[in-house]
Amino acid sequence: MAQNNTDALIKTVVQIADDHLILGHRMSEWCGHAPMLEEDLSMPNMALDLIGQSRALYTYAATLENKGRSEDDFAYLRTDREYTNCLLVERPNTDFAHTMLRHFYFAAFMQPFWAGVLKGSDETLCGIAGKALKETGYHVRHSGEWIIRLGDGTEESAARMAAAVDALHSYTAELFTEDDARQTCAQQGILPDIKTIQTQWNSTVEQVFKTACLQVPEVSWPQLGGRDGQHTECFGYLLAELQYLQRAYPGAQW
Amino acid sequence: MKTGVDLQAAEEIAASVPDPELPYLTLKDLGILRSVELQEDTVVASVSPTYSGCPALDVIEQSVVDALEQAGFKARVQRAMSPPWTTDWITEEGRKKLAANGIAPPLASQADKPAFFARAVINCPACNSDKTTKVSEFGSTPCKSQYRCNHCHEPFEYFKCH
Repeated sequence: MAQNNTDALIKTVVQIADDHLILGHRMSEWCGHAPMLEEDLSMPNMALDLIGQSRALYTYAATLENKGRSEDDFAYLRTDREYTNCLLVERPNTDFAHTMLRHFYFAAFMQPFWAGVLKGSDETLCGIAGKALKETGYHVRHSGEWIIRLGDGTEESAARMAAAVDALHSYTAELFTEDDARQTCAQQGILPDIKTIQTQWNSTVEQVFKTACLQVPEVSWPQLGGRDGQHTECFGYLLAELQYLQRAYPGAQW
Repeated sequence: MKTGVDLQAAEEIAASVPDPELPYLTLKDLGILRSVELQEDTVVASVSPTYSGCPALDVIEQSVVDALEQAGFKARVQRAMSPPWTTDWITEEGRKKLAANGIAPPLASQADKPAFFARAVINCPACNSDKTTKVSEFGSTPCKSQYRCNHCHEPFEYFKCH
């Protein structure tokens, strides 16, 4: 593979890995705080899936890069400006409605995305996608069912769901942005066509929102910046916790 | 290739390593041992992860190396990602052991494919009744969900198809 194509692939793989690690971390914050025992099992389980997927992706990026970095170097030793996750996944948990909606938006995107990667030309990514696709199916179902239960639930739950849609919908546009690196990967047949993914995402969201009695809002001002390392204020706090041990005790091993 | 390394013995040792979370199942039963090969003088076992985030993965890989080294082999494990493991690779023997230990074995892959509010029928491993209720999609490990039998009232786990 030509060097610029390899660089594009590394950049893209790290973006996807960052999305998964950060959302995984957010979900793990619920451990011990969920509204009921079943959810206290579910959310850390989904966090485990995401963090596991991010580990495989970081390891692949490190292999491609071949500079002696490991998955841990990517996770623990980069600053906020070096993280390129989309802003959606770093938004705070707020309440259960926000958490489930954020998860649903992301999983509904990753499901067709992984399916597309699985048909692509990169063998390692196909291996990761094959596993992740099945896991993502459970995430879409679990979070989607909660959107429906809460949206079509009590006055209180419907109001909270609607507030979550108001707060988070403008962050979804970033899922569909394509920088030069991603375009290169798409041209190489590694990534699926983003327009097709957006159509599938729209359809999943519309179907669930309709059943949940929720409106799909128009986005007049998309929230972007994460892919360029420009994060929201809450991200620094998240990273401080995620990296605490490695910053306090450099080189500590598990 | 050096002679004198008993590859078949190495393969049997690797295949009989138990899963740390389901110790009555071996790696062979789970279908995650992909190959055992000789590279120079080192036995290389390829193992597939089950779930991406399965915390048992590192323990499994270390157990394979330990078991082989104890038997006098020079050993290494490599992670085989592609093609991805599926619960269809759990052997017939593995399924019987799961059921005997109170865990409903996975349906054929895609039979419980996630669809909103769709519920696959899972038979109770204790009394075989099909009158069961899913309590939680996610359970004590990434591979299982929680059920309850409405007939014999036994709570049980279901090994999700993957």
